Amino acid sequence: MNFKSGIWDREINLRDFIVRNYTPYDGDDSFLAPPTARTKALWDKVLALLEQERKAGGVLDIDEHTISTITSHKCGYIDKELETIVGLQTDAPLKRAIMPFGGIRMVRNSLEAYGRELPPDIENVFKYRKTHNDGVFDVYTDDMKRARHTGIITGLPDAYGRGRIIGDYRRIPLYGVDRLIEDKLAAKKAHDAEPMYGDTVRNLEEMAEQIKALKELKQMAAEYGFDISRPAENTQEAIQWLYFGYLAAIKEQNGAAMSLGRVSTFLDIYAQEDLKNGTFTEEQIQELVDHFIMKLRMVRFLRTPAYDELFSGDPTWVTESIGGMCEDGRHMVTKMSYRFLHTLVNLGPAPEPNLTVLWSHKLPENFKKFCARISISTSSIQYENDELMRECFGDDYGIACCVSAMPIGKQMQFFGARANLAKALLYAINDGRDERYGDQLCKGVGQVPDGPLQFDDVYSRFEYVCEWLTKLYINTLNIIHFMHDKYCYERLQMALHDENIIRTSACGLAGLSVVVDSLSAIKYAKVTPIRNEEGIATDFTIEGDYPKFGNNDPRVDELATMVVERFMKRLSRRRTYRNSIPTMSILTITSNVVYGKKTGSTPDGRKAGEPFAPGANPMHGRDTNGCIASMLSVSKIPYTYAEDGISYTFSIIPDALGKDEEDKENNLVSLLDGYTREHGHHMNVNVMNRETLIDAMDHPELYPQLTIRVSGYAVNFIKLTREQQLDVIHRTFHTRM
Amino acid sequence: MTTGYLHSLESFGAVDGPGIRFVVFLSGCPLRCLYCHNPDTWVQKQTLCMTPPEVMEKIRSERSFLLRGGVTLSGGEPLMQAEFCAELLTLCRQEGFHTAIDTSGAIPLEQSRHAIDLADMLLLDIKDIDPEDCRTLTGKTNENALATLDYCEQTGKDVWIRHVLVPGYTLNPDKLQRLADKLSRYSCVKRVDLLPYHTMGLYKWESLGLTCKLADTPTPTAEEIAMANAYFTKWKTPAAE
Repeated sequence: MNFKSGIWDREINLRDFIVRNYTPYDGDDSFLAPPTARTKALWDKVLALLEQERKAGGVLDIDEHTISTITSHKCGYIDKELETIVGLQTDAPLKRAIMPFGGIRMVRNSLEAYGRELPPDIENVFKYRKTHNDGVFDVYTDDMKRARHTGIITGLPDAYGRGRIIGDYRRIPLYGVDRLIEDKLAAKKAHDAEPMYGDTVRNLEEMAEQIKALKELKQMAAEYGFDISRPAENTQEAIQWLYFGYLAAIKEQNGAAMSLGRVSTFLDIYAQEDLKNGTFTEEQIQELVDHFIMKLRMVRFLRTPAYDELFSGDPTWVTESIGGMCEDGRHMVTKMSYRFLHTLVNLGPAPEPNLTVLWSHKLPENFKKFCARISISTSSIQYENDELMRECFGDDYGIACCVSAMPIGKQMQFFGARANLAKALLYAINDGRDERYGDQLCKGVGQVPDGPLQFDDVYSRFEYVCEWLTKLYINTLNIIHFMHDKYCYERLQMALHDENIIRTSACGLAGLSVVVDSLSAIKYAKVTPIRNEEGIATDFTIEGDYPKFGNNDPRVDELATMVVERFMKRLSRRRTYRNSIPTMSILTITSNVVYGKKTGSTPDGRKAGEPFAPGANPMHGRDTNGCIASMLSVSKIPYTYAEDGISYTFSIIPDALGKDEEDKENNLVSLLDGYTREHGHHMNVNVMNRETLIDAMDHPELYPQLTIRVSGYAVNFIKLTREQQLDVIHRTFHTRM
Repeated sequence: MTTGYLHSLESFGAVDGPGIRFVVFLSGCPLRCLYCHNPDTWVQKQTLCMTPPEVMEKIRSERSFLLRGGVTLSGGEPLMQAEFCAELLTLCRQEGFHTAIDTSGAIPLEQSRHAIDLADMLLLDIKDIDPEDCRTLTGKTNENALATLDYCEQTGKDVWIRHVLVPGYTLNPDKLQRLADKLSRYSCVKRVDLLPYHTMGLYKWESLGLTCKLADTPTPTAEEIAMANAYFTKWKTPAAE
């Protein structure tokens, strides 16, 4: 293909290739093509399969006899005649594979939950072969096990794949696999003369594994009839090569989030060439994209019902980042940005891939309005602030999972789930004892004096608990990621990274608005604990009113900033595995429900067991001054201290967004522009009526594609547990008309 | 400085003028419209008292969201507190915010003129084109409202008309024709929003111990709304169905 050459010719440098070759698109959506007959026929087959899967209780089929690797399964097709992009995780669509290296126990439990059994020959393998999960539990301290048990730290990737690593899948079409192998071999050879200390040996072994994985990738593609040792030569090949890379990754890793990266603008370069040369028409290119997206909608992992309770709706976080600005001042919206979003029209709404628009107020107006229109009709897009992230990560970053930005192929994270900060506050009030179990986890907190809680007293004890908690938390993550590297290394994904990468230890917080409102209540109202015979506060009386987070009230918003900043500063002081840089997210996904369940009554008036608000959202119904006041409160949380992302979910009924369609689109654009200018980080946008959701609970069969954004991702509403459905319905829907 | 008696502040108004509006709801209203959906704003209460600079501080913090919108003073009837409105509008104007007053026009011009002069536009609620029927519906004739409209025409002030379609009162061909004829003589009228009567404010009447005379009035049908819209196609802003 006729590309402008540059540094990318000499070294692996995707950014250089993209910036030299992409064509920004300022026009509107009128060029977009509807689904072809072939696409419709193929999608009908997929819909039928999805229906069967739903009727079968969520899992259509499992191949429990084969340990999944890049080359483990025979080729699979939906309909070989119709597919323009091929490749499935197993030999049949929606059939799930077993990936036991993260933890054999998880596989065993998952199989049991679906009425299957782990075959003896596989059991036998793991008599001799340790898993990541085994390694972690060999080393966990008693404190760590207790913290896990009470749920002050939850969702840790210690029993399954950690995920949140993005392979730079674009390298495969651009360079071909042979060139990537050569590059890795040369990098490995460069270490020959070095002293062989532990770090070097680990690096060398990892590189050897990466090279093997690349060879297996070639073999897998060859079985489908493609030679990907060479670069791709048209759009179809580029998508196919790229997808093979992604497919190899999801055959090898059952990662908590297996994101795609930032591929659309890269692919547009091929499409532009093909359109110019008459290789493909717009209809054909859209067809390729539609078929590719169908594949991404069919990614499946075998997981336990307990996992589903935490991260509901069978999510895979195939996150694709779209748009954003280039550092040279041009925007990075291309026709391919439109084509990807247009799949929500051609194939209907869907939670996956997790389409993420990197928003800037500087994006072209046409594109902004197009995004708003698709959001209003599908509630399937999330938005993240490119102005904030570009400053930290340059212009070739992607989003892993929900909100975690990282330069592609240059940075990875050690996923660390989250600490329950509301529980930490209760530990401060209960002398370090867990309010549900009574065990003392944190020693030396001391008893708070009788009578109403005093802010300074409680806050200093809370700081003490946070000091203990951050130490325990980072230590726990260090163990988890040491073992994951050792027993469940992401060979293929890391083969698609540079040799020298930045690593982060991505911690997280849950229950921020509960803590902040609780602190505000203690400070501005009179809060008195009601204690049981063991002296544990089981409830609180609140006299008087207090300012609540979500109303743009500086008195309480400052508390949120203080809590986040201090917790992050504590994390920064800890020593981490592989010198990773501690970061933090304020994100819960759907786990806000489970966190709430595991947490006693809090001083803000929330009762024991009630859900937290998702992510960084204000508590349900407490943001009473309209959505902008709510957004302003959240946008004040400093991104500098939560660089792994701050998730905010915004739900509004259509009529409250404006009078007619044009007003609605314009107003949504203004909201996103305003949020971006105010340094807000992430926003999920749901535009729907509560009645629709209630009806969908009662008649799920009528709403197979109803999609709703929750903290950081989107789900098929009907796949949520009933508890989570109710939580979504009870959340604030902005309704003022 | 004048203290304003406010009902509430809303950070996101999407149906209160062009773009996103910061809406200041003032307390107190001289009308008693049978269909009022905010009867809790009728009586001027001293629950939320703020000075114009205090309100301005809230507005200012929201500037990033209001670049294509602005500030709307609503109520109740904002022009009952014309002096407060004038002071707040002056501040808004100094800081470059677009402003609108959402009014019934029930306040005599000699009281309201200064505030109207300071606003960029009016959202004017013409309750009923017939003066006597207007009295039945709201307690007062439409004399002041029409005078306000004349004044806007003279001074070249943009006006968006709002008109509630109430079955049995305003929702009939004769009334709609008269209103459309009247409005088409005004070049200051830029938009006409027909608002179908709805019952979502009924609970407020009940919670205030008031009896809503229209409690049993049906909401307009889609056909009736389409019929009404047909009179106002000139302004191309049909009521939502």
